[in-house]
Amino acid sequence: MSDDLDLAARIDAVIEAPLYAQPQADKAARLIPVLDALTRHHRAACPAYKRLTDVLGPGDRRADALAAVPWLPVGLWKSHRLVSVPDDQVTTTLTSSGTTGQVPSRIYLDRDTARRQARGLARIMTHVLGPKRIPMLVIDHAAVLSDRTSFSARGAGVLGMMTFGAQPKFALDAELRLDRAVVDEFLARHGGAPFLLFGFTYMVWAYFYEQVKAAGLDLRHGTLIHSGGWKKLVERQVDNATFKAGLAAATGLAHVHNFYGMVEQVGSVFLEGDDGLLYPPAFADVIIRDPLTLAPVPTGTPGVIQCLSALPTSYPGHSILTEDLGVIERVDGGPGDRHGNALRILGRLPRAELRGCSDTHAAEVMR
Amino acid sequence: MSQPRDRLRAAFRTALGLAGDAAVDDLAYRAVPQWDSVAHMQLVATIEAEFDIMLDTDDVIAMSSFAVACTIVGKHGVAI
Repeated sequence: MSDDLDLAARIDAVIEAPLYAQPQADKAARLIPVLDALTRHHRAACPAYKRLTDVLGPGDRRADALAAVPWLPVGLWKSHRLVSVPDDQVTTTLTSSGTTGQVPSRIYLDRDTARRQARGLARIMTHVLGPKRIPMLVIDHAAVLSDRTSFSARGAGVLGMMTFGAQPKFALDAELRLDRAVVDEFLARHGGAPFLLFGFTYMVWAYFYEQVKAAGLDLRHGTLIHSGGWKKLVERQVDNATFKAGLAAATGLAHVHNFYGMVEQVGSVFLEGDDGLLYPPAFADVIIRDPLTLAPVPTGTPGVIQCLSALPTSYPGHSILTEDLGVIERVDGGPGDRHGNALRILGRLPRAELRGCSDTHAAEVMR
Repeated sequence: MSQPRDRLRAAFRTALGLAGDAAVDDLAYRAVPQWDSVAHMQLVATIEAEFDIMLDTDDVIAMSSFAVACTIVGKHGVAI
């Protein structure tokens, strides 16, 4: 128990560390022992995780580098129940179907992990929004919050962001049409001072931008935070630059921050800086691995994205190999005193490539 | 009912959907099914409307019990 308390205090310390200002070497030195302690916590608390790391990972060997922290493929949360607390301590189950199949990921949260996720997200969002909550316009319809016991990723995202917005209003009606009455009233009341817009990237473009373009709305004082992935927009040949330029031209919206995150690591999202690149916060990091050998690749080389987060103690998700491709464009020296790894997302990994021997091993040891 | 503490109790009962005579002084976030993450945001909105105050982001996250809510409301100049 004292080990758990010690771990909790060490996690809280990295959550409160300088968010983006640490050079990568300092940041890693702070993060490595915490992630290593999380590996040992989950090995002790989750038998399935222990079996997996006995086979796939280093067993009890301590990690002396970020790349030495063992990882699990993100797909395991679809096929297996990975939880590190007794059932009666699970307060929330997050689910996501992802984009590749019908089976949802299931992520089990206890009060401590949920609290840390909220605090972590607050550290990141208040960095760009400030400590005061500002009026919020959600680019979605109110029904995303309808099922309270088991949120979709979209519902959880909207709810998480509502912490930073006051008097939230929903810009779309049940048929996903722009609700002009709601939006006009919101802008009449709040449009002259800073306000928050939040939505999923595709929803913002397909259901909001396309309709506000014609309506001539003035969103100059807004800050748009958006996430959810570019897959559907890439099919329409809309990239981040097109997205931002389109919104700016149509509405005057100048402050736009994309973020990269997933239901398996809620709270430790990578928020876009002024250079359009994504930055992991002090309590998270990213490694790029070769799609075939899974060895870490140098800065500037594209590969599969591995995400590290110090937040989760209720499920063994502190180190996850995603199915996304990305490249670390630069380490340290970003604009606005942003240091550490600066990431660009390149898209999804073709499905077949991750089905190597590691997945087979995982399936065998989990039985 | 005009005492601030009673108004805060009433705000909790309204936002969490509790009976009019339910005891709320010992309530803690996520310790009862009614006080989940959705209800928490309703609770924030109800308290803000009742006392005409605006909570900061840190307050929204820190408000983990009725007792803490009393402290936060008091911080905004309400004699509670």
